[in-house]
Formats: sequence, structure tokens, C-alpha cells
Amino acid sequence: MVTMNTWIERQRALIDFSVANLGRRRGRNLGLFLAYTLLVFLLASVVLYGDALRREARLLLADAPELVVQRLAAGRHDLLPATWLEQVEGLRGVRGAEGRLWGYYFDPAVAANTTLLVPSASLSTSPPAPGQMVIGAALARARGLAVGDVLSLRGYDGKPYAFTLAGVLDADSELVSADLMQVNAADFRAFFGVDPGLYTDLVLRVANPREVRKVAEKVLQRLPGARVIAREEMRRTYEAAFNWRQGVLLTFLSTLMAAFALLAWDKASGLSAEERREIGILKAVGWETGDVLRMKLWEGALVSLCAFLAGYVLAWLHVFYADAPLFTAVLKGWSVLYPHFALAPRVDVAQIATLFFLTVLPFVAATVVPVWRAATLDPDEVMRE
Amino acid sequence: MIELLAVSKTYNAGRVNEFSAVREVDLLIEPGRATALRGPSGSGKTTLLGLIGGLTRPSSGRVRLDGRDISALSERFLTELRRATFGFVFQQFQLIRGLSVLENVMLPATPSGRPYREVRARALRLLDDLGLAGRAEVKTQWLSGGEAQRVAIARALINDPKVILADEPTAHLDSALSRQILAILADLRAQGRTLIVSSHDPLVFEAGLVERVIDMRDGRVCGAGAPAGPVLS
Ligand SMILES: Nc1ncnc2c1ncn2[C@@H]1O[C@H](COP(=O)(O)OP(=O)(O)OP(=O)(O)O)[C@@H](O)[C@H]1O
Ligand SMILES: [Mg+2]
Repeated sequence: MVTMNTWIERQRALIDFSVANLGRRRGRNLGLFLAYTLLVFLLASVVLYGDALRREARLLLADAPELVVQRLAAGRHDLLPATWLEQVEGLRGVRGAEGRLWGYYFDPAVAANTTLLVPSASLSTSPPAPGQMVIGAALARARGLAVGDVLSLRGYDGKPYAFTLAGVLDADSELVSADLMQVNAADFRAFFGVDPGLYTDLVLRVANPREVRKVAEKVLQRLPGARVIAREEMRRTYEAAFNWRQGVLLTFLSTLMAAFALLAWDKASGLSAEERREIGILKAVGWETGDVLRMKLWEGALVSLCAFLAGYVLAWLHVFYADAPLFTAVLKGWSVLYPHFALAPRVDVAQIATLFFLTVLPFVAATVVPVWRAATLDPDEVMRE
Repeated sequence: MIELLAVSKTYNAGRVNEFSAVREVDLLIEPGRATALRGPSGSGKTTLLGLIGGLTRPSSGRVRLDGRDISALSERFLTELRRATFGFVFQQFQLIRGLSVLENVMLPATPSGRPYREVRARALRLLDDLGLAGRAEVKTQWLSGGEAQRVAIARALINDPKVILADEPTAHLDSALSRQILAILADLRAQGRTLIVSSHDPLVFEAGLVERVIDMRDGRVCGAGAPAGPVLS
């Protein structure tokens, strides 16, 4: 008990001293803090973003069709005729095919793109009744709508169309449902001016995963001008881009680089004569080498801990509340299917711990190592400089 | 009781710039007395104080404290000794810039694990005793020479050491300030502490503080360590 108290008092005194010591080189430590906050911010943003995306993708792709067939006209996505549906339905390996109706609608009320679609007939839920609409929770919040309210949207012909809100979607994933408006097929065609014989795209169910490739090839043979998107392809793209292991590697590499840079910088500038003298004083008045190192350890820990917290919180805000402006470029490829992401905020303890160990430890090591040499010198030698 | 037996200190041994700062010194310093090391610049006074106080280890010979051979102690015990038994007042004050007077004074107590309040209270009392009340929060680089020397003394006393080692305590001070410092040292001596000062300042020897003078030259003690100097009282 007594030794425990002594230990605590000792750490407290060392922390006190570390804080006073940090305050003495305010400019240098502030610079270090900012540089490190930036580093953690970038790394944490990458990891948080990749993680959230993969999670969204997993949810999204979980019940996505194996193949999506779209029509390209002069490089642009165009409506396709119902005859395409008949042509692919009969293909070997295809278990089911369905024409989808969906389109982007710019909603001036919330100044954002939303997605208007007809829910798949294969899902158990029946489509909304005529003149009714079911919308995503985020959209309902943004427009301040409750079930029973009427919302009026301007159709392709410039005329207003009124829909009664029949329900609000609640999905596990914000991404899947956030900006959705569901209507039935007849309402959709009237609203967008889509003829009965046309679909936005087709989805194919393929029973045997090994046949997906073959089916895709056959579709392309039969339907020149078609573009086929495989679920596996999309999944692989994500896995490649946001793989956790890659994230860790990236984190680790960057941290190593940063630690190395810090170390090199510290070594290059060396411990100043002033710092060496101070360490000599501490040792002369009865500090052990270990005490000097512990004090430096606290110093490094305080700076990197604060930087870690600041960087992580900033990254969190960046990814989940600012829509990750730094990474939007990465997303361009996917916006064919969904125009924008509102990632669901989530805290993962294992992920924080990993980031913490990969960023804080090298920094602390980098601050302590250069002190080691000076701290092991004979105090009287340091005193004479 | 501090005993030095054939203590030598050689810097850069075996190299071209090899230098013996202290040679074959035998010395016996009784507890509770005031001893002065006197000698010209470069005669080895600072080095000898460092050897006595465990700041540095002798190249040969032994240093004993109350019969215990401290030259053979591990770094850990030597540090403990520096912290608890000896209080150092260095030639150049050696205060840490940017830290306050109070923080500097508390420095030797930091790794001791004594309660912060207690250490702080003692530091403030010491500063008060030394006429530095109200200067506790001042950064040490703004102190005058006399103030800095008193802060250095307060720091040496924070762990209540038995032995005070003061290296040229009046070197940077005018006569009035020197007398003030000498009075403080006399107080410490009166409290029963062992006092060892190094100096070549005549004021120190005229003040009546020193009971024994040890003359040094070229790293050797002249007069074979006997109570050689004049004892003024
Ligand atoms: N680390 C060292 N390396 C080499 N030589 C040293 C070292 N420390 C001291 N010396 C030399 O040892 C000699 C004695 O030095 P010391 O500081 O003990 O003398 P001093 O009597 O205290 O002198 P002063 O009155 O100028 O303070 C000097 O010539 C000094 O140059
Ligand atoms: Mg000297």
C-alpha cells in the first residue's frame, strides 16, 4: 500500500514535471502535436472510411442480384426495352430475371439527389398503392415528413404529382435507404414519362455462382450495347480497395515512416546542448536514468495521446458528418448505382485499439530513444558543458 | 564521516588528451563540520567535490561514506545517495531555464515519491527562509545572481541532506551578496550539517565559517590532508 502510494505520487510528480517541461518548448511541441494530429486524422479517416464502406457494401450486396444488365447508348446509361428481358430470361443458368425501374430525382426541398424506385416484385413487401409513397428515414427527417403527409414532386413534364406518405423505411444501412422514395410502377412511369415497354435496367438471378461469368458473356453476345455488372465484381472491387488488412498495412507503413521521420529529425537536430545539460542536472540532483526516461515517456505519451484523440475525433467527424470530402474521388466509380453516401457512424473498439498501438507507440519510442544516450551519461560530464 | 583513500580521477585515460584532475588524494572529513577546498583554477576542486558526492566515480582509490564504500555502489544506490544524502550547489547554479523557481526547487524530490503537497510546502518554506518569498512563480532566467544562488541552495536542501557540497558559492556575487550567502551557509552548518565548499575567494576564508581548509594544487592536496588551514572562530 505504501509503495503503491509512493509509486502514484512519483508518477504524478513526473507528469507534473512533464507538463511544465512541455510548456517550455511550446512552439516545438505544438508543431509536433499538429503534425501528429494530421497524421492520425488521415490514417483514421482512411480506416474509418474503408471500414464503413465495406460494411455498407456488405449490407447492400447481401441481397443484390448476381448480375445487373444496363443499356449503354453512346456511352450513357439508357432505358432498355422489355424485349431484352425476354431474351435473357431463357438463358441457361438464369433462375430469374426482372426489369427494374429507378431514377434520380433532384429534390429542391432538401437540395439533394434522391432515388425514386419501384420496389422489386420478388421482395415480400408489396409495392405502394397508387398515389402513395414510402421514403427513407433520412429523407423523412430532412423534409420533416410523417406518415399521412402529402408531398408534391415535379414530374418530367413539369407538372406537380402528389403522393401520400404511406410509410418510412428503416433499414440497417443508411446507405441502402437514406435517399430512397418508393412508388409503384404505374406511378413511376407517369412521373418520369417512361413508356410501359421500357425499364431502367435488368437484374438476373443466377443459381450457381460458377456460372455467373458464362451467363454474363452470353448476355453480352445476345445484347450488343449492354453493360453487365456482376455482384462479385463489385464485391471484389471493394475488398481490394478497402481491405482491412491493407488498411492496417497502410497504417503501419505510414506510422513507421512518420516515426522514422521523427527519429531522423530528432537525431539530425540531436539533443541540444541545453537539453543535455538539463538531463545532467536532473541526474546530478538524484534522478535515475529511468526517471529521466519515464519523464520523457510521459511527455511523448501526453503529446501523442492528445494528438491521437484529436486526430481520431476529427477523422470521425470528417467521415461521418462531412461526407468525407477528401475521399469523394474514390467513390466516383460507384455512383453509377448510388449517387451519394451517408455512412452510418459506428465505433469499433478493436479498430481504435489497433490504430492507437500503431500510432502512439512508435511516437513515444521516437521521443524516448534519443534521450537514452544522454540519460546514461555520467552526470558530472554533462555538467561541464 | 567521509573518507577518501588514494582517490584519483583521470579523464580520457589512454588517449592523447589524458588528464589527471585529482591524484592520490587521502582525506578524512568529519561530520558536522565546515571544510573548504582552496586552490587555483584547474586544481581539481570541482572534480573532488564530484567524487565525494557520487557525481562521478574515481579512476582508482575509494570513497567511503560512514564506512561504506560508495565507489562500488550500483548506479541506482549512487543516485539514491545523491538525492538523499548530498545537496549540491553547483558552480554555475545549474537551474533549469523556463521552469519556475518553485519547480526548480522541487526537482530533486520529484522521483522520491513524497507527497506533492508536502514537498511544495517545504519548498515554499525554504524559499521563505532564504528571503525569496514571492519569487516562487518567477522563471529562473529572470533571477539576479544572488537570487539564483539562493534558489540553488533551496534546491540543495529540499531533500534535507546531511551533507552540503557548495562549489564556489560566491564566485559570481559582489561582497554584500557573498556575505549573505555565507551567512546562509553558516546557518546550515549550525543546523548540524556537514558543509564542504570549494573556493578561492578570500571572503569565504575570512568569514569565520570554515573550520578547516584543504589546499589543492594540480589535483593534489598540499599538507597531506591534515587540518592544515587556519581555523577562525
Ligand atoms: N570531463 C573532463 N575531461 C577532461 N578534462 C577535465 C574534465 N573535467 C575537468 N577536467 C580538467 O580537470 C582539471 C580540474 O578541473 P576542476 O573543474 O576540478 O578544477 P577547479 O579547481 O574546480 O577549477 P575552477 O576553480 O576553475 O572551477 C581542469 O584542468 C579541467 O580542465
Ligand atoms: Mg570548479
